[in-house]
Amino acid sequence: MDINSLIVSLNLIKPEIVITILLFLVIAFDLFYKDNAVIPYITLIGLLVSLVFAITGLPFKENAFSLTNSQYGLLAIDPISSFFKIIVLLASIFVVLFTIISDEVENLKIRKGEFYTLISGMVLGMLFLTSATDFVMIYVAMELLSLPSYVLSGFMRLRDRSGEASLKYVIYGSVSSGIMLFGISLLFGITGSTNLFAINAYLTNQSINYLTLGLSIIMIFVGIGFKISAVPFHFWTPDVYEGSPITITSFLSVASKAAGFIFLIRFIFTGFTNGVAQSGFWNILPVFDWQTLLIIIAVSTMTLGNFSALWQDNLKRMLAFSSIAHAGYMLLGIAVLSNQGILAVMVYFFVYLFMNLGAFLIVMIFADKIQSENIDDFRGVGLTSPFLGFALAVFLISLTGLPPTAGFISKLYLFFALVDANLIYVAVIALLNTVVSLYYYVRVLKHLYLSKPTEATPVIKMSYSVNLLITIMLIPVLLFGIYFTPLLDFAKMCMSFLIN
Amino acid sequence: MEGFPILTLITFLPVLGMIFILLIPKESKFQIKLTSLVMVALQLVLAGIMMSQFNYNAGGVFEQSSFQFVEKVKWIEIPGVSWLGTVKIDYFLGVDGISMPMVLLTAFVSLIALISSWKIDKSVKGYFALFLLLDTGMMGVFVSLDFFLFYVFWELMLLPMYFLIGIWGGPRKEYAAIKFFIYTLFGSVFMLLVMIGLYFSTTETLTNGSKVFTFNLLAMMDKTNFTADGILSPFNPHNLRFIAYIALFVGFAIKIPMFPFHTWLPDAHVEAPTPISVILAGVLLKMGTYGLLRISYPIFPEITRELMWYIALFGAINIVYGALCAMAQKDFKKLIAYSSVSHMGYVLLGMASLTSVGINGAIFQMFNHGTITAMLFLIVGVVYDRAHTRGIEDFGGLASKLPVYTGFVTVAFFAAIGLPGMSGFISEAFVFVGAFSVPAIRILTVVSTLGIVLGAGYMLWTLQRIFFGKFNEKWSELTDLDTREYVMLIPLTIIIIFLGVYPSAMLNIMNTSVNVLAKFVNETSFLLN
Repeated sequence: MDINSLIVSLNLIKPEIVITILLFLVIAFDLFYKDNAVIPYITLIGLLVSLVFAITGLPFKENAFSLTNSQYGLLAIDPISSFFKIIVLLASIFVVLFTIISDEVENLKIRKGEFYTLISGMVLGMLFLTSATDFVMIYVAMELLSLPSYVLSGFMRLRDRSGEASLKYVIYGSVSSGIMLFGISLLFGITGSTNLFAINAYLTNQSINYLTLGLSIIMIFVGIGFKISAVPFHFWTPDVYEGSPITITSFLSVASKAAGFIFLIRFIFTGFTNGVAQSGFWNILPVFDWQTLLIIIAVSTMTLGNFSALWQDNLKRMLAFSSIAHAGYMLLGIAVLSNQGILAVMVYFFVYLFMNLGAFLIVMIFADKIQSENIDDFRGVGLTSPFLGFALAVFLISLTGLPPTAGFISKLYLFFALVDANLIYVAVIALLNTVVSLYYYVRVLKHLYLSKPTEATPVIKMSYSVNLLITIMLIPVLLFGIYFTPLLDFAKMCMSFLIN
Repeated sequence: MEGFPILTLITFLPVLGMIFILLIPKESKFQIKLTSLVMVALQLVLAGIMMSQFNYNAGGVFEQSSFQFVEKVKWIEIPGVSWLGTVKIDYFLGVDGISMPMVLLTAFVSLIALISSWKIDKSVKGYFALFLLLDTGMMGVFVSLDFFLFYVFWELMLLPMYFLIGIWGGPRKEYAAIKFFIYTLFGSVFMLLVMIGLYFSTTETLTNGSKVFTFNLLAMMDKTNFTADGILSPFNPHNLRFIAYIALFVGFAIKIPMFPFHTWLPDAHVEAPTPISVILAGVLLKMGTYGLLRISYPIFPEITRELMWYIALFGAINIVYGALCAMAQKDFKKLIAYSSVSHMGYVLLGMASLTSVGINGAIFQMFNHGTITAMLFLIVGVVYDRAHTRGIEDFGGLASKLPVYTGFVTVAFFAAIGLPGMSGFISEAFVFVGAFSVPAIRILTVVSTLGIVLGAGYMLWTLQRIFFGKFNEKWSELTDLDTREYVMLIPLTIIIIFLGVYPSAMLNIMNTSVNVLAKFVNETSFLLN
């Protein structure tokens, strides 16, 4: 790799560089500066700068860090990776803001430095994962993302559940990443390369043993399935989500999932797709019945998520199951194996970012004040705290997918893609799932509004800045439900892969 | 009036009121109520203006040029790329003779329900805000001519309704509210799927000559707009139009509510507060039958013809089954709820005849049922407010104590039975004439007439048990109607009697459009040969 291409490549990864600098800054501040109250704000500024670079990087469509003897790079900086970088960074910014508000983490003043170092590390891993096209890079990015998240989920070490969550997460995580590594080595053995582009070129031109290839693909799916908590690799999710601090739970449910999804999309598209037909459908290599496998995973993920959520009394756990269900819907978008499907996933993710984080934020505020996450302790809160109640209602309705909220638009585009691909029966299952999900989302509204407030029900007044934050999250959810042109234009613009 | 967006105004006026209300502090209950009243009254005034400007000779139904008060502006337009067609959704409103009676009904019943809400004292601000949002949803459904818009308004009503039943309802309100919500959403997800299927099967030609997929309901009624391979296109030999029709029908049937999807209705009615029962029975149920006439009939005419016998069958079941259930009720309000099931059966029967007389009767029955049942629920509310019980057996001989009230009750009951001179008689007669003229459903029509006898049976029996016989001394404290109740009941009585004596006032509005619709459904074939 000559120095010129290195400089070009470094120019392409400015968001990642910013986060790396941020990581060191946070450590330095923590070590040498007594007052660690500024650390969250430094993190916030770092993330914002990185976000600006990610947005300015939208037009890029290039290989970065190509090795001397290869035309393919370790990273592909293309619009779709920038789109998911924006999602990850927005989610991180919101989560840092949540952390500033949260009482839960505030109690750990002394360990603030650690907390933000770990968050920055996770963000770095996610950013690399959105672009990675080489399995070495992919694996490193994935571990960079996973290791801090194991620690963060156990961050409230004084709480029993937190330790349990962390341990469970580590064990599941290391097993699945081990299996994935094995799958990667099989794939390397078959194709002689770790680069997705090279693998694609090899598979296009050579005939290979489909059985081994299929096995390696399934093993890699285990690793991805773990990250996006798809059935049957979801077992860790409810416990980890319940045991972790809410801020981390919300972070895992959006940002970490986004990174997993873009990796899955890139894995299928770059590794196994031979161009795109005029109609937008992918000419996928006939290795494997991708569609059936993905549909089965997606449908079982959403069904299990929704039905398990029905019985939860702990709100955080309920939201955990609901996020499993949402992963199922988004997987359906990928299962269509077309540009339309990916567009639907992107629209879905953008909306999901706001509605899911919004729901977590309000639940966090309530849980901080009520000192409980049990739904029965939330009786009548909507009546005593009208604005927070209203906001939670909007977020939950959007999660259900009812108009006029943006959640409806995201589901609508998903169903567009499904009907367009003639997957009617899948669309029917997904729609019936929506009806099931209505029950548990509305159950929260029932407790919030239909039950009379008791003596114990607190009147929660938040500061203007918190209300502003909530309003900022509400606006896209309501606006894009009524006028979704900008959202769709943006997603469409970003729906573009690097093709070598 | 040309160019004045009267339909936008009539639809969104309540939302405007809702915004005002949210700005009023919650202690100023009177101001909140007054704002709502002004908005809903203005809505009725606008509906009156619309009626005065209405052209009785314009057909509508499937051609945009003969719709009235049309507003069509671009709402969403996203230019396409190679793999994704242009997305274009219009904000498209308009009325014809089928929707005009429904607009009048919505405006009128909303006002009555609002007056009836005057006594609400719990979370006044929330109640009226939700009430107005509900009003916008209802009005929007009746004036939309774009499927997407229709669907948005259709779903917009669910949430306010859930809260209105769930917060201000009776003892089992939570159960009733969620049952209503889930039932309706279950129906509407199928509607969503049909909507998407139709979208991918219908194209509209833009001014620059390019063809784009469309949600325009009128475009879906023209065979030439269908694509060659859309899943709901008649040109596609493997199309799913039949299944889509059933799915759409189920979506609407739940709202009507048609047997066997009617079980949410008695629960919702019994638990809902009086004004919400009035809205529910007066307007919401009509949306199901309206949807059939506006969407299912003209978009799937060949399947409608094929299935008319089944529609009539379900109509007949509704009529007889509803009446039998009503007869067995001990709760006054539940009895009225089941009588609604029975009366909506007439609408289905009239529609199933596919004759203009039958459909005229059906739409007229929709309007009349709206006014008569609204009155019946108000009547139940009056006695419940005073006695705090609705058990029919608890009363007796009230006529001697509450003579004026009994007078109104008698009018409403006779109207519900279909006594000549009242509006219900005309519409039921039209329904039977229309249905009887079609040999295929003649037997079902004959069976349905049983409903009239049963109707007279349960209504008169109820009248006897509550108002005649020995006076129950327990109720000696009861007072007769107050001014507010007069204000609600008198206009309803006037309309019921006026339309009974001079039905042309309403029939003339709908007649042209109904003729067009009946002709369209009978003669249009989307089949290939």
